[in-house]
Amino acid sequence: MSYIKPNFRHPRLPTNALGYTVADYDGSISTLCAGCGHDSISAAIRNACFLSSIPPHRIAKVSGIGCSSKMPTYFLGKSHGFNSVHGRMPSVATGASLANRSLTYIGVSGDGDTASIGMGQFIHLVRRNVNMTYIVANNGCYGLTKGQDSATADEGSISKYGDVNAFEGIDLASLALLQGASFVARSFSGDKEQLEPLIRAAMGHNGFAFIDVISPCVTFNNHVGSTKSYAATRDHLDVMPLDFVPMREEIRTQYSEGTSKSVTLHDGSVIYLHKAETGFATDDRTGSLNAIQKAKEEGRILTGLLYLDPDTQDLNHNLDIASRPLNELGKDELCPGSKVLNSINEGLR
Amino acid sequence: MKPTDTSDPEYFHRVVDCQYACPAHTPVPEYIRLIAQQRYTDAYLINWESNVFPGVLGRTCDRPCEPACRRGRVEEEPVAICRLKRVAADHKDDVRDRLPKAGKPNGRKIALIGGGPASLTVARDLAPLGYEMHLFDAQAKGGGFMRSEIPSFRLPETVLDEEVGYVLDLGIKATFDTYVDSLQSILDQDYDAVFVGTGAPRGRDLPNLPGRADADANIHIGLDWLANVAFEHVKKIGKRVIVLGGGNTAMDCCRTSRRLGGEDVKVIVRSPFADMKASDWEKEDAIHEGIPILDNHVPKEFVVEDGKLAGMRFEKVEAIYHEDGRRELVPTGEDLVFVPCDDVLIAIGQENAFPWIEPTTGVNFSSKGLPVLDPLTLQSTCPNVFFGGDAAFGPENIITAVAHGHKAAVSIDLFCSDVDLKMRPAPHVTLISQKMGIHEWSYDSEPVDDKREAVPLVALEKALKDRSLEVELGFDLETAFQQAERCLNCDAQTVFMPGNCIECDACTDICPTTCISFVENAPEPELRQKLLVPATNEEQPIYVSEKLPTGKVLVKDEDVCLHCGLCAERCPTAAWDMQMFFYNTAKAAPILGEAT
Repeated sequence: MSYIKPNFRHPRLPTNALGYTVADYDGSISTLCAGCGHDSISAAIRNACFLSSIPPHRIAKVSGIGCSSKMPTYFLGKSHGFNSVHGRMPSVATGASLANRSLTYIGVSGDGDTASIGMGQFIHLVRRNVNMTYIVANNGCYGLTKGQDSATADEGSISKYGDVNAFEGIDLASLALLQGASFVARSFSGDKEQLEPLIRAAMGHNGFAFIDVISPCVTFNNHVGSTKSYAATRDHLDVMPLDFVPMREEIRTQYSEGTSKSVTLHDGSVIYLHKAETGFATDDRTGSLNAIQKAKEEGRILTGLLYLDPDTQDLNHNLDIASRPLNELGKDELCPGSKVLNSINEGLR
Repeated sequence: MKPTDTSDPEYFHRVVDCQYACPAHTPVPEYIRLIAQQRYTDAYLINWESNVFPGVLGRTCDRPCEPACRRGRVEEEPVAICRLKRVAADHKDDVRDRLPKAGKPNGRKIALIGGGPASLTVARDLAPLGYEMHLFDAQAKGGGFMRSEIPSFRLPETVLDEEVGYVLDLGIKATFDTYVDSLQSILDQDYDAVFVGTGAPRGRDLPNLPGRADADANIHIGLDWLANVAFEHVKKIGKRVIVLGGGNTAMDCCRTSRRLGGEDVKVIVRSPFADMKASDWEKEDAIHEGIPILDNHVPKEFVVEDGKLAGMRFEKVEAIYHEDGRRELVPTGEDLVFVPCDDVLIAIGQENAFPWIEPTTGVNFSSKGLPVLDPLTLQSTCPNVFFGGDAAFGPENIITAVAHGHKAAVSIDLFCSDVDLKMRPAPHVTLISQKMGIHEWSYDSEPVDDKREAVPLVALEKALKDRSLEVELGFDLETAFQQAERCLNCDAQTVFMPGNCIECDACTDICPTTCISFVENAPEPELRQKLLVPATNEEQPIYVSEKLPTGKVLVKDEDVCLHCGLCAERCPTAAWDMQMFFYNTAKAAPILGEAT
C-alpha cells in the first residue's frame, strides 16, 4: 500500500541558479485519478518554477474548488497557498497581489471554477490586469461530480453517459482576449515541451497572464466521442512551439531567419516563437481572435502563445500603489503623524 | 536504439544487481523478503540451493553483491545482504527433511579430488541424480580452505560441520587424510569423470630476501600457519609479530596472532592502504583489534641476531599512478625502517600447484601453471577431467568456487549422458504480476529510510582470549527485519506494455527518482544524454520501448529505480505492471526452491 512518495531522489538531479533541484519544488503525492492531465500540469508548473529559478518561498499558489483547484497541494510544497471559495479565487488573488506585489502568483482553476460559478470574478480579474499567472485546467466536464458536461464542453461532444452536448462551449482564451488580457495562451497537458516555456513566460510577464490548458479527464472524458480526450486532442492539435530564455541566461541557440520570431519581456527575458512562417503575430489582438476562430471552424485546436502585450502595466501600477509591498510597510510609514498631516493640510490652503 | 527485448530473461536478470553480481546468482531479494516474513527456513533453502553454504557465506563471503546493490547508489550504503544471509542460517528450523536425498544409483561413478566448496557443490548437484561420488581430501575433515584458512572466530566449526555434513550425508563416499599424488592413478580406475577442486594451496614466500634462511624458524607461510592453527598443531606465537601482505589471509593471520599470544602485531604492506586487496570490513576488523596497518613499506631484509630473527627492514615507497593505469612504487629515499619482531607471517598471495598431475593424463597447463579449460564447461584438455574453484583460474573465493561447482556438475551430467557440453540448460524463470489493488502490491513496495547498521561484536578483551569464540554476534531478529526492509525489491520488475500507453506522462511525473522519459528515439549514447536526468552510469541498462503513437519512445534508466511501483499505480491504462522475476540458474540437480 503506498500513498506515500519515497524520500529518495535521483542522486544526480541537476540544480538551478539557486542551487535547488526540481525535487525542492515537489508537493505532496497526488490523489487525483491515475493519468489525470492535471498531474501533468502540476509537473509542468513545478518544472517551470525550477527552470526559472524562482525561490519556492517567493511564490503564492491560489485556487478555488474542483479537481483543478486541489492541484496546488501537489506541487510547490514550500510555497504560500490559499485554497479559496468556489469561483472566488480572483478576489483573493487581487487582494494578495495588492498586499504584497513582490511575490509570484500562480492561480490554478478549472472550467467549472472559471467558466461557470467563477465567471463573474474571472472577467474582472482580466480587466484589472492583476499581475499573476492564471492556469485553467480545462477538461470539459465536472470530474469531481461524476463527469457532467461543463460550460467549456464543445458542442457535439459526447459525454461518458452517451449524451450529445447541445450547447456552444465557452472559449476562455477568446473571452480573455476580448476583455483585453495582456497575455493569452493555450496548451495541452500532454505537451510539456510547449506548456513549460509558456508557464515560464507567463510568470515573467508583468500583468495578467492567462493559459487555457486542455487537460483530459481520464475517468469521465477520455472516451471515443469526447472532444477533450488524449487521442482527440492529439489528433486535432495545431501546435505553435516556443522557447523561453530568461533575462540572465545567455542565448545559445541560433534560430534561422524567417522560422522564428522573438518577443522581449519587460525584464529582458526573450520568448522565441517558432512556426512564424504562418504569419501569426502575437501583438495583433484581432488577428489572434480570427486565428482561433478559423482553427475552430476547421476542427483544429490552436495552441501556443496567442497574444502578448509586453509593455502592459499591471493593477499595482495603474492604482499607483506604493512600490514597496504594503505588507512590509511599518506603523511609522502608514501613520506618519501630525507633522506630515499638517504639511499636507498646509499644502491645501 | 532498438526496442529492448524483455522476453530474454537476461535483461531482467541484469536489473537485479545483487543476484547478477553473485557468481552463483543467488536470488537475493527473494530470500531477503522471506527473512522479513520471518520465514527463515525458506530463506535458507533459497540460499542453500544456489550457494550450498549459507551459514558459511553469511559470515565469510566476499560479497560481490553488496557493491552492486542499487541501494548503494540511491543512498550511502548497500543492504547488509551477507549478514542477512547469516540470519536465515542462524534462525532456520531443522532443514534436513527438505533437502534432497541420494538418488537411485544410475551406475555412474565420479571422483572428486579435494574436499572444498567446489567439490562439495559438484557432489551436492550430482548425488541426487544417482551418481556415486568418491571424494578425496588430504585433511581430516571436509571443507578445504573454508576449514583450514578461515579462523574459527570468524566461522565456528559447528556451522561448517553442519553444512559440509548436509552434502556428505547424500551418500558421498569420502576418503579423508589421503593426499592424491597421481591423477593418472585415479584415471586408471573406472570413474566416468573426475573433478579437480584442489584449490590454490601454495602460499608465496620471499625466498631471496636476505636472512630468510637463517631466520627460518620464526618465519611462517600464512596459509600453512593458519591450517596448523586450525588443526591445532600450532597453539602460540611470539609477542611481537609482523604480518606481511595486504589480503584477507593477512587479516586472518594478524587477528589469529592476537589470539595466540601476539601482543604487538603489525600488518606491513607494500601498497597504499586503499589499494590493499583485503575487503574494507576485514581491514576494519583488524584495526578494531588493535592491529596497526603500515602501508607503503617494501620488505628488504630479515635481520638476524645471535642466530635468531630480531626484526625486519623496510624501504618506504610512494605509489605513482601512470596514465595507462599502471602503478609504480617509488622509493622515497628515506632511511630503511627497522621493525623488531619475534615472528613473521608471510601472507603475500597464493599459487596453484599441480605436481600430482602427470603429463600423461592429457591435462594441459598454460604458461601460468593453470589448467587449459573451456570457460563455459570447465572441461580440461582431457575430456573426462573437469576443474573448478581456485584450481581452475587461480585464487578467487568461496562463492566463485560454488558457482564453478554448479557449472561443472552440469557439464559432467551432460558428459555422462553423451550430450554436447555446449547445450547448457536454460535458467528456471518466472515473471508474475504483483497487483493486488489500485495502491496495493503483494510485496512491500514502499522504500524505507532506515540506514544500514553494523553487526554487533563481542567485547574485545573477551574475543582476544578465545581463538574459537565467534566475534560477530549476528543481527537480532528486530534489526534483521529492519535491515531486510531496506531491500528495494529489484526483482519486482517494472514491465511496460507499450500497446496500452496513452502517453499521459503520469509515470514520468510521479517517478521519485526521475527514471522515466518520453523522448524521440536516437542511438544509445545520444539517447542516454536526452533523458530527464542523463543516464551516465553505463554499467546499467536503459529500457527502450517500441515507438508510441506520438512517435516518441519511452525510455527507463534502470540505474536508480526504486521499484516502488508508483509508475504502475499512476498508470491509468495498466501499461506498467510490477511483476516478480524469479531467476534460478540451471543446475544438474532438480529445482528445489520455487518462487514463493
